[in-house]
Amino acid sequence: MIWESLKLSLLVVTVATFIIATVGLGLGLLLAKGRFRGQEVLASFFTLPLVLPPTVTGFYLIVLFGRHGLIGEPVYNFTGWSVVFTWQAAVIAAVVLALPLMVLSARAAIESVNPRYEIASYTLGKSQLATFFLITLPLARRGILAGIVLSFTRALGEFGATFMLAGNIPGRTQTMPLAIYEAVISGDNKRAQILALVLTGISITAVYLTNKLSKGAIRY
Amino acid sequence: MLVLLVTSCRHTTPSLTARQEIIVSAAVSLKDAFTEIAALSEKRTGMTIRFNFGASGALQKQIESGAPADLFASAGSKQMDELATKGLIVPGSRADFARNVLVLVAPANDARIRSLMDLARSEVKKIAIGNPKTVPAGQYTEQTLTRLKLLPELQAKLIYAEDVRQVLDYVVRGEVDAGLVYSSDAVNAGTMVKVVAPAPDDSHDAIVYPIAIVKESHQQPAAKQFIDLVLSCEGQSILAKHGFTAIK
Repeated sequence: MIWESLKLSLLVVTVATFIIATVGLGLGLLLAKGRFRGQEVLASFFTLPLVLPPTVTGFYLIVLFGRHGLIGEPVYNFTGWSVVFTWQAAVIAAVVLALPLMVLSARAAIESVNPRYEIASYTLGKSQLATFFLITLPLARRGILAGIVLSFTRALGEFGATFMLAGNIPGRTQTMPLAIYEAVISGDNKRAQILALVLTGISITAVYLTNKLSKGAIRY
Repeated sequence: MLVLLVTSCRHTTPSLTARQEIIVSAAVSLKDAFTEIAALSEKRTGMTIRFNFGASGALQKQIESGAPADLFASAGSKQMDELATKGLIVPGSRADFARNVLVLVAPANDARIRSLMDLARSEVKKIAIGNPKTVPAGQYTEQTLTRLKLLPELQAKLIYAEDVRQVLDYVVRGEVDAGLVYSSDAVNAGTMVKVVAPAPDDSHDAIVYPIAIVKESHQQPAAKQFIDLVLSCEGQSILAKHGFTAIK
């Protein structure tokens, strides 16, 4: 049971972190460099899951993705498949809940890069894309890395929205936080403690390794 | 003809030879008893039973949004009534399968509290109960305290918890002098708490656990089999072993 939920948590978090890193970096870049109408409205929208209680976000998600939902209904009518109660639902919940941390960190990191370096790159004939990958990204990498780690740990601990959308089905959608909840509620303190220790261990290791790596990597 | 067959199969149950699986959304307080009943069912029929344990209210919301559960077992009538009103359960399938008793518990080493009336004594400082706004056990507790005319006097001593488990935890840790929980929870806690007395049966609404087949289930015969097993003599004795009161 412990192994099953650990495996599932790692699968969900790996897929979620990959999506968060790509989408979050893109959104962070858009918000940092873009100048368009409704920019701050968009920024607030992506910060929303950070300030709402997770069960409320979960409620919105199930209204959206449920079999009678805005997105869920056409998908179900077309394919006969519903995302609710699947591990992919846990990924959706983790992505939505942890994305704000990535967007905020990436935006701040990119905005903090001195534009003179980018301008210098343009005058030397580099394209916008090349400048982003050769100048902006390397200079902003600490903040971006921090964003990835923060969202990874947030996704790993996600509980409320995951329960609403993915359910709590052992061996299928029961991630570590849900297994801890179930163990505590049913009075199985020993299992709850083991699970909590494993979860804490993974989170601390992730944060520690990133701190160490980013310190080692940045030398001027 | 073939096309017709394929499209009509997509939304229906797999053939009976395929390995069947049903999803049971059940109140988390039923976990131990239901897991045991499911093991029995799997041994007999080979059908796989997957559980989705959670708070009854949250499970209700999931079903309203079309979560693919086949069965719903609730810790209160309220959630089931709401689903019934919305036409989301199979009307004839609903059955009450267990009762529970509200009991007064105290830390294992406590000797001062012998009855509900003792709660009014001055040395009893803190009493944990479920939040009546959100926790069914808290609603029953409030009814009992009102009926016994204790509520106004005790109001200042009450500590609200967000589920029955939390009440039990406060009592086990000695953070409060007493608490009101279900007898099934007290049985679960074993010797860590002392059951002082049950609340009088007529002091609160009946505590019943209803079960029903979800309307959108594609596995209604299989789901019916599980309900039958829960209501059978064997199912009822498993529930009784875990501190629930048999319905018959």
